[in-house]
Amino acid sequence: MTTLAFLGQFGDAIQFIFQGETSREGAEIGGSQFLELTWEHVKLSGVAMAIACLISIPAGLWLGHIRRFSFVAISASNVGRAVPSLALIAFFVAYLGVGFANLTLALVLLAIPPILTNSYVGVTQVNPESVDASRGMGMTETEIVRKVELPLALPLIFGGIKTSAVNVIATATIAPLAGVSTLGDPIINVSGYGDTGRLAAAIVVASLAVLTELLLSAAQRAATPRGIKLEANPSRRRRLPTRIGRAAST
Amino acid sequence: MLAPLAQVQLQDRSSGEASCIADNGFCPSWIADNLDRYVDPFVQHVFLTLASVAVGFAIAFALALIAHRRRWLIAPITQVTGIMYTLPSIAVFFLLLPLTGRGNLTAIVALVAYSLLIIFRNVTTGLDNVPSETKDAGRGMGLTERQLLWRVELPLALPEIMAGLRIATTTTVGLATLAFFAGAGGLGEQIFADINFKSNVVVAGGLAVVLAALLDGLILLAQWAITPWMRARTA
Repeated sequence: MTTLAFLGQFGDAIQFIFQGETSREGAEIGGSQFLELTWEHVKLSGVAMAIACLISIPAGLWLGHIRRFSFVAISASNVGRAVPSLALIAFFVAYLGVGFANLTLALVLLAIPPILTNSYVGVTQVNPESVDASRGMGMTETEIVRKVELPLALPLIFGGIKTSAVNVIATATIAPLAGVSTLGDPIINVSGYGDTGRLAAAIVVASLAVLTELLLSAAQRAATPRGIKLEANPSRRRRLPTRIGRAAST
Repeated sequence: MLAPLAQVQLQDRSSGEASCIADNGFCPSWIADNLDRYVDPFVQHVFLTLASVAVGFAIAFALALIAHRRRWLIAPITQVTGIMYTLPSIAVFFLLLPLTGRGNLTAIVALVAYSLLIIFRNVTTGLDNVPSETKDAGRGMGLTERQLLWRVELPLALPEIMAGLRIATTTTVGLATLAFFAGAGGLGEQIFADINFKSNVVVAGGLAVVLAALLDGLILLAQWAITPWMRARTA
């Protein structure tokens, strides 16, 4: 691994991630131990995101469908932005105590606002004529939400999920403050790991966030209905006749 | 460099009702007696936020103006600032430490990087939403492209630009609570110093929320002041 020497501290950190070392206290740190921390980090973020999605997507769709309580749905994300994640975690630690469940609850609260707001906005942006048309075709209200509004709102909903997921992964870094060992452990409990371990953890957290963003962007593209993709990309849209008589020649 | 967080010492909680404090409770009398210890972190927090938003706005605004006439630049700028937006700032603080060292510089660079996408996207959207008829009218009146930009397009884009500024500011207030990891202090350092003490957490966290709301309101007020034509329309 001497080839990484030119990277200085970054080279050391990358070596730390892949090979690990033994700390002064004799514990194995880095290497496979980082894999465990990463798994814990992903597990915590995943559970929090799953719960947040189960709550906020149906709530946002419903609020958007009945087109009421827009104040609640819109201001949710404004309030969410104003409350610092560190303050939220600290509040939970001080009032409810440390532990996986309490921390998950805090992260769920953190993740809800962007998904809720985006689901709401996504549904309200659906053309009312499309909804009327589906109603005229005899769809029930539930069917309208599920088969018309949800697919058309999907791109925005995924946008909200992306924002929340990246934010939750970032915040899971301070999880050791709430007694859960994630990739934040080398950052918060720096004495056991040293500067190299801390830099290594920062690299892994950053990679995890970028990877999540890329994966969710791919999922977003896959989930977007074909009609919307065509609309968003005018060059691929089937050319419509602009003047009478032209249609026959194309 | 070793163990810099050890510098964050547990606070001395002497003064106030002993039992409430021993229970880590919410003690109004302790808060009243100890408000002064939050002044310096609050001022530092304000400084970090304003400096980061000002620099971030200057850079993103310039990038948006450059990309306004060279449309092909929008996609690459969005991608690069998008990556900066995705990187967790707490990780960026430590990635920057070997390069910029501990202190305000590292914190501000990370916070600026985070705000670029928000502001750039909003300025670009605002400029794009100016109706082409309005621009044609301006050209018809003999405005040059530069005059058109500053007298027609930018004023009409102000609502979106200000909205971006508000989002960037409230987000930066929140992220600045983590700036103490980069050695830049702020309200987060107070929270971290005694995270089990309810009084401390409520006051330090509350101050951050109040600051976000206050700055948001100030920008809204500024927007109201510099867009008299919007008021004329609604009146």
